[in-house]
Amino acid sequence: MEQETLLSVKDLTIHYITDDGVMKAVNGISFDLKKGETLGLVGETGAGKTTTALGIMRLVPDPPGKIVSGEILWNGKNLLKVGKLGMRAIRGKEISMIFQDPMTSLNPVMTVGAQLSEVIRIHEKLSRADAAIRAGEMLELVGIPSERMDEYPHQFSGGMKQRVVIAMALACNPLMIIADEPTTALDVTIQAQVLDLMRSLREKFGTATLMITHDLGVVAEICDRVAIIYAGQIVEQGTLEEIYENTKHPYTKGLFASLPDMSSKAHRLHPIKGLMPDPANLPSGCPFHPRCDHARPECARRTPVRTEVTPSHFVNCLLYE
Amino acid sequence: MRSVEPGILEDSKKRSQFVDIWRRLCKNRLAVLGMIVLLILVFAAIFADVIAPYDYAQQDYTALHQTPSLKHIFGTDNTGRDIFSRIIYGARTSLVVGFVSLAVGCLTGCILGAIAGYCGGGIEIAIMGFCDILLAIPQTVLAIAIASTLGTGTVNAMIAVGISSIPNFCRIVRSSTMTVKDQEYVEAARAIGSSSFHIVRKHIFPNILAPIIVQATLNIGKAIIMCAALSFLGLGIQPPEAEWGNMLSSARQFVRDYPHEVIFPGLAIMLTVLACNLFGDGLRDALDPKLKR
Repeated sequence: MEQETLLSVKDLTIHYITDDGVMKAVNGISFDLKKGETLGLVGETGAGKTTTALGIMRLVPDPPGKIVSGEILWNGKNLLKVGKLGMRAIRGKEISMIFQDPMTSLNPVMTVGAQLSEVIRIHEKLSRADAAIRAGEMLELVGIPSERMDEYPHQFSGGMKQRVVIAMALACNPLMIIADEPTTALDVTIQAQVLDLMRSLREKFGTATLMITHDLGVVAEICDRVAIIYAGQIVEQGTLEEIYENTKHPYTKGLFASLPDMSSKAHRLHPIKGLMPDPANLPSGCPFHPRCDHARPECARRTPVRTEVTPSHFVNCLLYE
Repeated sequence: MRSVEPGILEDSKKRSQFVDIWRRLCKNRLAVLGMIVLLILVFAAIFADVIAPYDYAQQDYTALHQTPSLKHIFGTDNTGRDIFSRIIYGARTSLVVGFVSLAVGCLTGCILGAIAGYCGGGIEIAIMGFCDILLAIPQTVLAIAIASTLGTGTVNAMIAVGISSIPNFCRIVRSSTMTVKDQEYVEAARAIGSSSFHIVRKHIFPNILAPIIVQATLNIGKAIIMCAALSFLGLGIQPPEAEWGNMLSSARQFVRDYPHEVIFPGLAIMLTVLACNLFGDGLRDALDPKLKR
């Protein structure tokens, strides 16, 4: 089934220009997101996942951040050429974002209902009372009784706050949600609830989701397609099955190997040796070669290009070129 | 339908938070004392015409330099004006000057501080540079300079005192804005498409209100003292207008023979400022959620 492409990121490059040097946070990332699809963006801390998300929203703090090159095609329109006002109309209405920590992403001095109504009133011409009714409905939708809308965030638990944030993100029926590690700050049981909620809401509204996470369990749970990101580059992308069953890139393999395994009683985990490279000083050639078990001399010299494994599965590694 | 009447529920919620702060404030005896003194002063200022036994400018050349008696409970000054009446009317002047100059300083300082803290860059450098220049001059000297440029009079005194307090507010608001600006909920607000003005007004300002309120209450005392100082130097409010500073000034030359003429206005200034400071300190503690018991 051929679906319409909603978001198309092409060769996006974002650098943070600081006094200590240029931090190459995102280096030529390309991916597509179709309508109603969920793409998992997986990588370690500091791999450039959040920067990519902020880049799409045009919220990269500038200075020091700078979108150096690339294209972000949203419904065929290049977001990098949209003006300030145009961007404001898109944020929250067409693309909305769920932040990592629900403890800090709600304003502590505003009631939950007021914050929900705020999104609605910014984007839709509704009276205060109508917006409040809509806000109440949104709360009910995420499983919070609407009579709690006049309470302050500190009166809610972490999981409930994240539900409120999800309700805010969905309030204007966006076409796409960027979820930046939405479950990282939550307990495992609450994580499952929140993921469940996100999945059911996605089925209900057909919202596309860009799920940013470092948790391969979350990815397996909710994503259709996966992109593995390392040092600001996508090293492998494909459907969920392709990535999990037919892992190609040594880094992806390393990620899976480092997961604790229930069946084999190993006494030690298998971490990937070494550390993430410093974004101000990336290694030459393939950025992963200093940590790679399969590295050849050539790896330090040449940057691998995108190689097709199947029509939907791509890997950036010289082993497969 | 509960959701139809959010306004009502919101009000009750806000009131309960207010009650909370009020309770904490009442636990602090000194703050309550300060508040009572301030209330008495406000009451005296409003009903000065009723309370004061004489008019503030009424001279009586048969009763010069009277010591306190039943007829003039605080005595009279060098032109036979009743000191008690003048202190009551002086409370009106001092409080008005205190509040208006506070409003001038606080409003300007908050706006400038918020712009500097939120926008950053060249605007911030310009605003903070301006504040640093103002701060480099002692506040009293600055007020004297402004007052002598503008000329004497109540309005000019208020402007002078107000301007000299701008940097204090500006710095506090800027630093608080910078802390709050990096909070995730501000980023979240940006991500839902809020405008900068909306973010500052709705998300940043309510979160930095506590330090502003505290600075404001502490500044009232300062403003009253500064205004008295200006009047004492002859740059502020001129006699026969009743003002504690100019009462001190005109009584100064008789201090050896008739000390009561300086003691009472001096006490009035001291008590008022002390009351403001006690109340301000208490308010700071009451507004600080970390001190919740």
